[in-house]
Amino acid sequence: MSTDNDNRQVETTIMELLAPYNKQGVALAPDTDIAADLNIDSADVLNFVMEVEDAFDIDIPVNDLSDVRTVADLVALVQSRIGSA
Amino acid sequence: MPDLLKKYHKLKQRHDALVQLGTDAVQLVNEQLLSPTRAIINGRETVLAGTNNYLGLTFEPECIEAGRKALEEYGTGTTGSRIANGTYALHVALEQALAEFMGRQHCMVFSTGFQANLGMIAGLAGPKDTIFIDMDSHASIFDGCRLSGATVVLFRHNDVEHLRRRLKRHDAGEGGRLVIVEGLYSMLGDTAPLREIAALKQEFDFQLLVDEAHSFGVLGKHGRGLAEQEDVEQAVDFVVGTFSKSLGGIGGYAVSDHPDFDVLRYASRPYMFTAAPSPASMATTLCILRQIARRPQLRKKLWDNAALLHNGLKERGFELGHEAVSPVVAVICPTQEYAVAMWNALLQHGVYVNLALPPGTPKKLALLRCSVSAAHTAEEIETVLQAFVKARDAVATMQV
Repeated sequence: MSTDNDNRQVETTIMELLAPYNKQGVALAPDTDIAADLNIDSADVLNFVMEVEDAFDIDIPVNDLSDVRTVADLVALVQSRIGSA
Repeated sequence: MPDLLKKYHKLKQRHDALVQLGTDAVQLVNEQLLSPTRAIINGRETVLAGTNNYLGLTFEPECIEAGRKALEEYGTGTTGSRIANGTYALHVALEQALAEFMGRQHCMVFSTGFQANLGMIAGLAGPKDTIFIDMDSHASIFDGCRLSGATVVLFRHNDVEHLRRRLKRHDAGEGGRLVIVEGLYSMLGDTAPLREIAALKQEFDFQLLVDEAHSFGVLGKHGRGLAEQEDVEQAVDFVVGTFSKSLGGIGGYAVSDHPDFDVLRYASRPYMFTAAPSPASMATTLCILRQIARRPQLRKKLWDNAALLHNGLKERGFELGHEAVSPVVAVICPTQEYAVAMWNALLQHGVYVNLALPPGTPKKLALLRCSVSAAHTAEEIETVLQAFVKARDAVATMQV
């Protein structure tokens, strides 16, 4: 089971990785919609996800991304991938 | 209920804005074809420098005659799929000739190159399997992966170490693993580091598929593609290719030495449930394949022309997408607007190239993508070079 502390750590890292893509300076929160709120195109989403994969040393299959909209969704996905690694 | 096409409003707005700047790049019409390298576009004779017609064989009299003969003998279409009434002697002959040319045991012909990737990838991989693909892969590879239901893992373009880390991390479980790369990447003209990727097979268990769509007829001593050039054909389990580039037709193929390869004929839906390619198409492709086999000098001419265009553009100060000479020569533009203005100016100066805009381009570059043909004369290459300079001068006064 992941603890709140683990979640916060994952969330902080993801927010840090997301910052360079946040060109319009939107305030990032767990419910931020990564593609829509930050106006990131599909190519940058893939680049960003690859950075997340490298940071946590996990694979995030493209298939799983269809369920990810918000930062919180991605945190949960990363947690589950860390758990299964 | 929202209108189903409403979701494309943003895309449409973007397209409409580009059309405001001149000709509609995605609905350009070749009013008349004069040769493999010339057409009438917007009423003007235009040098074609973006056709993927690498060996320039689309007007070979012998092959046009072969197509005409097939039309007369077999009719206009097959009206059925390969697994029903659609297999003609011509399909079998082409499959045998391609297998022989590629030095493989088996060959399957598909109705388009796109379908060859769909059919092979979705035929090979299933929901329990994992596919590793280069992130700059062609749309047909992405869509084939999606259709397969397999787990799809991307690696950075041509980054062998990145792929290695992914393979190392991955627990295959009970599923198989398929790695897919392209021989020659169509946007920038760079090639896959295939020798290093093939060497990963000594460390990890996986099957390897190489899409030689742009490299067939172009690379390798006999024109079999990148795997031949890099001397790693033994490590490549499946090769996919197309008829619509060097082979000057429409259709696709896959070859392999896998003993069970033919099972895909009744397992791969994009092969099974579509009409078999037309007789004329099979006949012209077979004829052009034979021309490629007996005229290696075409490849030399292609590479000489590629060097002329690549070096000529470089000398004139254009930034290119790939350092080495390649039959694909991509000019990098600072902005999308600049690329569109340049593309229109080139057309006005009688030269057609491909306009390639992000997000569908590597590193989101705005590109003027040229492809060279063995059929280009030195004068035509010079026309292209001069048009690039004139277009640049014209665009400089437009402040885009």
